Amino acid sequence: MAIEVRIPTILRNLTDGAKAVEGKGGSLDELFSDLDARHPGLRDRLVDEKGLRRFVNVYLNDEDVRFLGGLDTQVADGDTVTVLPAVAGG
Amino acid sequence: MRYESLLDSVGHTPLVGLPRLSPSPEVRLWAKLEDRNPTGSIKDRPALWMVQKAEKDGLLTPGCTILEPTSGNTGISLAMAAKLKGYRIICVMPENTSEERRQLLRMWGAEIISSPAAGGSNEAVRVAKGLAAEHPDWVMLYQYGNEANALAHYESTGPELLEDLPTITHFVAGLGTTGTLMGTGRFLREHVPGIKIVAAEPRYGDLVYGLRNIDEGFVPELYDPSVLTTRFSVTSGDALRRTRQLLEEEGIFAGISTGASLHAALGMAAKAVKAGERADIAFPVADGGWKYLSTGAYHGTLDEAEAALEGQLWA
Repeated sequence: MAIEVRIPTILRNLTDGAKAVEGKGGSLDELFSDLDARHPGLRDRLVDEKGLRRFVNVYLNDEDVRFLGGLDTQVADGDTVTVLPAVAGG
Repeated sequence: MRYESLLDSVGHTPLVGLPRLSPSPEVRLWAKLEDRNPTGSIKDRPALWMVQKAEKDGLLTPGCTILEPTSGNTGISLAMAAKLKGYRIICVMPENTSEERRQLLRMWGAEIISSPAAGGSNEAVRVAKGLAAEHPDWVMLYQYGNEANALAHYESTGPELLEDLPTITHFVAGLGTTGTLMGTGRFLREHVPGIKIVAAEPRYGDLVYGLRNIDEGFVPELYDPSVLTTRFSVTSGDALRRTRQLLEEEGIFAGISTGASLHAALGMAAKAVKAGERADIAFPVADGGWKYLSTGAYHGTLDEAEAALEGQLWA
């Protein structure tokens, strides 16, 4: 088992076109670092020195990680992480 | 109930219990029927508040042109108000919104400028901002950043909910401009200790998120995350399934964004049951299902409906 990470269209150039990739780690931070080892540059598109980038939304099993613990959010095998760009509604 | 005019009848919508969807007598769900507003959606509230504020500030004067980026409901509400008050209105709308919305906008006298489907409402906002710069005499009320949008809910939706449901523990609503959650959420937080304010954000197919740089995303100026307890991303499939469930079990014919709110509300209800806590969970039926009939949301299998909805904006 691993953690499934769903990648938005605009970042699939970093995953050889894959819509979802797998990774491991105990926190979101570790998971992104693990992914970056196989998909160099991915972490930098999601995270800056202040944490998650402003227009990047990350969901752990559909819940926004900004309300869970940000990059320190605990993740485990079997979880699904979804990365999406921020869009407008209304 | 009697009102002096249609505009005066905005709000004061019924709150109905959902006995079949509620998991237990201690954990109850409530739907606020915002489709009972004059143009059939919750957006009549912010539209009226924004127009009245602009009039009061002297921005809107007789003969003015209103410009607004909108995926539909706000535009329809503004068009109704504009017709009654004598303004011209131009709506910038993504081309992947339902045909019903376009027809309704034209019925109430709005002119429509289409923005590209890819990028969704982000593109409509960008196009509208460009037009506003070219036409300084046009008045863009700008629902994403207009405090009167949130204030409408702070002054009407919130107080109505508290009056009808003093035991409220959760308020769940769709996240678009964020106005409903910001305004209602702030009011309820001031009056109900420990209340949980929960956002249900629509998750679309890949097309809607566009191919542009991730640094060009959009967060409405009104958004203040400190008002929220948490925020869920709800897929089209889950939203559709719950929309149908609401019709099947409670007889309420709602639009698809309401299904997304119900999905998050049921998630919070399950948590309350598990924790052994009582809960009164309210969410708005933001609009009725009428405007989405052509999307195929209500007939055929769920998979067919989901496929038909791919690439369309449903909230």
